[in-house]
Order: sequence, then structure tokens, then C-alpha cells
Amino acid sequence: MTNVTDTPVTAAPLRPWMRLLARGVEAVIVTFARLVCAPRVTVTAPLTAGPTRVFFANHSSNADTILIWAAVPPELRATLRPVAAADYWLPKAVRRFLGLHVFRILPIQRVAAVRDTDPVAQMAAAVDAGSSLVIFPEGQRNRGEAELLPFKTGLFHLAEARPDVAFVPVWIGNLNGVLPKGERLPVPLICTLTFGAPFQHEDGETKEAFLARARAALLALRDEGA
Amino acid sequence: MAFELIVLFGGLFLVLILASGIASVLADRAQTDPDVVANLTDRIRAWWGMIAILGVAFLLGDVGLVVLFAVCSFACLREFLTLVDRKQADHMALALSFLVVLPVQYVAVGLGWYGFYAVFVPVYVFLVAPILSVVRGETEGFLARVSQVQWALMICVFCISHVPALLILEIPGFDGRSLLLVAFLLLVVQASDVLQYTWGKMFGRRKLAPRVSPSKTWEGLVGGVLSAAVLGALLHGLTPFGPFWAFVMALVAATMGAFGGLVLSAAKRDRGVKDWGHGIAGHGGFLDRLDGVAFAAPIFFHLTRFFWQSLA
Repeated sequence: MTNVTDTPVTAAPLRPWMRLLARGVEAVIVTFARLVCAPRVTVTAPLTAGPTRVFFANHSSNADTILIWAAVPPELRATLRPVAAADYWLPKAVRRFLGLHVFRILPIQRVAAVRDTDPVAQMAAAVDAGSSLVIFPEGQRNRGEAELLPFKTGLFHLAEARPDVAFVPVWIGNLNGVLPKGERLPVPLICTLTFGAPFQHEDGETKEAFLARARAALLALRDEGA
Repeated sequence: MAFELIVLFGGLFLVLILASGIASVLADRAQTDPDVVANLTDRIRAWWGMIAILGVAFLLGDVGLVVLFAVCSFACLREFLTLVDRKQADHMALALSFLVVLPVQYVAVGLGWYGFYAVFVPVYVFLVAPILSVVRGETEGFLARVSQVQWALMICVFCISHVPALLILEIPGFDGRSLLLVAFLLLVVQASDVLQYTWGKMFGRRKLAPRVSPSKTWEGLVGGVLSAAVLGALLHGLTPFGPFWAFVMALVAATMGAFGGLVLSAAKRDRGVKDWGHGIAGHGGFLDRLDGVAFAAPIFFHLTRFFWQSLA
């Protein structure tokens, strides 16, 4: 089991009026995202706030995180922590507020050289605290023609550290058409979010086998959602 | 006019109450297929919603109807453009379809600026949209891509905007009653759809176009369209037409609506989908509900304008 460090996984509590502001901003962003993307959500298991899950999705647009976060029911959203890049979200005040208090991201350090915390330990700690995670195992935005980039290994290490946690594949369709790379104006096309069946790390399953299984589960949804 | 609208919506609610009653009787009967009843219940519930929203729009008057149909156009355009062949080169044409074409068309309709809204999409947008795509240099599938955007805009924006455009017609002796003409058109086209289904279920034998729409039959089409035309004649009080011409106009609108549904079904088959969207429970998308209206509205508008406004 990976050691859990003392890294704080939740932001410092806010003053009441700031908390109110954060929830107000949340309502505005959720409404806007739903208006622009009209997300069509297909589920295999109900999206309740209940059990802790790790949602992993294909990453083709900067809006991926926001779309998943906005499309799920509010009770689930309240426990949801999108795993996101600390170097993007934390330095600037407004983005930091949005990241930590509106989207409730779990900020991780992308560059190993400057890392003072272990992302897997951070994710495990968040899961232990009862949060569900959103993670993009490709590690970067898919800018090319490939349907899905190779997965980073973090997904496996988390699964191995927390074998009782359910992993749920989420295929995001069409979002790249809404805002392709390099474009500024979004086109309000209908997006699809297909949530697959939850699965767990099996005892003794190798890194390759687990990641291949996760990848296949995600790709299977692409054909289903289309 | 208020009296006619109250009677009209009162009548519609009575029909819906009857339909809901029949559906609940069907649901209690053991031998009926629960999926069919569930879909019927969804459809009827959606009709309650749609008629309630339409009622509110009528209460708000001209502005309410223009806004309602602008929203419907937006939803249809979104459904259509989601399914077209597109490349990133078309992004600007797509974005401006929503941001500029749709609002400009509806503002022009709202202002009654006929000389502009009648040509804006078929002339200006028709020519400018492919220019926006071509400057990005992508030639693969070019003709198909630009045609599909033009089709989407013609059907979803231009054609549907002709429903509220009816409000601006100035028909001698029909002042201030043009809301009723909108109600007449919508009622005839939607009733024709329901009646075609009913006639088809009861007497349908010969398939109309089995590869396009396996459930549609000639008996359903003819029976549905003719009975919608009779309904139109009965509702002639809503129009400036008189009973006979109300029958003819309803016949034209219902026929256009029926074949419009067929044309857009073929488009759905081509795109490999069963429904345009998922916005209206039991019905599919907005365009599934408005396909007939899109085909009927411009013809109905221009016939009315030509024979009752210009020639009068």
C-alpha cells in the first residue's frame, strides 16, 4: 500500500460569503456547460453520491473536466474531485479560487523533478476521505488523430493501492467538435457522456493487464455512445 | 381573439385529458406491451408540456412566439449540426450559424423586415458560409460539408422562422388576429402527424417508403392528411380563408408536413440515427417534432401572403 503523506487534499475552509460565491459560480458554470454542450448522459450504473469511485475519461479538450463535473447529479458533484495540474490551477488567484473551491480539484504536480508530493498518495488520501475522483489517464490532451493515447501508470498504482475502489470508464464524445484546439468560439453541439460498468483491480493483476483492461473498457464505450 | 384562443387551448386540454385517460386504461390492461404504454405515456406527458409552453408563449403575444421559435430553431440546429460531416475548417461557419445567423434571422422576423429575412439565409448566408470554410483550405468532402451546413440552416433557421413570420402578415380584415393563424398551422400539421399514425395503425397496408420509414403507409398518409384538412376546414374561424380555402390550405400544410417528415427521416437514416436528439421524452429531439412544421411553414406563409395579403 502506498504511504499516505500529510499533503492537505482539501483547501482551507472559506469564509461564508466566499463559500456562497463559490456555489453561485458553480451554478453559473453548470448551467452554461449544460446549455452549450447539452450533454447526453448514458449510464450503466446509477450516478449516486454513494460509493467512492474513480472516473477515468478520454481527454480531447480543455473542457472535459468541466463537462463531467457539470453533467453529474449535484449530490455526486459535491463529492467529486477532478485530478488536475497544480501548475495550471494554483498560481493565479482567480484560477486558484475556481480550481480549489468551485471545481474542488485535487491539484497534483505534473513534473516529477519538482514534485514534493506523490500524486498517487494524494489520490489515495482523497479516496480515503470519501471523495470520488475524475482522472484523465492519457496524461495530456489528445491533439492527434489517435483515438486514445497510451495510459500513464498512475491509474494502475492507485488501483493497486486501493483495490476496493471501483473504476468507472467515461467516454466523452463530440466535445472536440465544440471547441477544437486553436479555436476561440465554442459551437454548441450535443456532447455524449457514456459511463461504463465499474470494475476493480484484481488480486495480482499486472500493470499491463490492468491498463489494457481499463483502456478496452473505455474504448468499448466509444462505439456504444456513437 | 382571446375567446378563440381560450376555446382552442381548452379543446386541446380536453383532448389531452382524454388521451391521458386512455393511456392509463391501457396501462392497467395486462395484455398491453409495457414498453409501448411507457412510450405513449411519455409522449402524452411531453404534449402536455409542449402545449403548456405554447400557451404561455401565446399569452406573451408576438414576442413570446418569436422567442419560443428562436429557441426551437436553436435546439434543432444543434441537433442537425451535431450529425453533419464537419472538419475543423468549418468551425467558423458553424459557430457563426449559432451566434449570428440564427439571432439575425429572428430579429428580422420580429421586426417584420420581410425584404431581409426572406433572402438572408438563402442568399447571403448561402454564399458566405462556404467562403468561411474555404479560406481554411480544406478540400476533402468540401461540397458535402458546405451543403450540409446550408441544409441545416435552411431547415432549422429559415424554414422554422416562417412560423412566427406569420404574425407580421397584414391581412385586410384580419388585424390583430394573426396569432390564430400560427395556432391553425401548428394544429393542422401536428394533428396530421397524429392522425397519420392512427390511420396507419388501423388501415395501413401499402408501405409508403419502407426503406425510409418502415411504419408509414399510403393509407396512413392519405387518411391522416385528408382528416387534418377536414379539421382545418372546421377551424376556418381561426383564419381569413373561409371553410373551403381553409380546407385547401390545411391540405397543403399537412401534405408538406407529411413529406417533410419523410425527407428528414431519410436524412436521419443517412446519418445513421433513429432520432435527431433526446430533448423531448418519447418524441426524440426537437427536430423530430418540428420536421413537418419546417416543411409546411414557408409554403403556408407564402401562399397566405400571396393570396390573402398581396392580392386582397
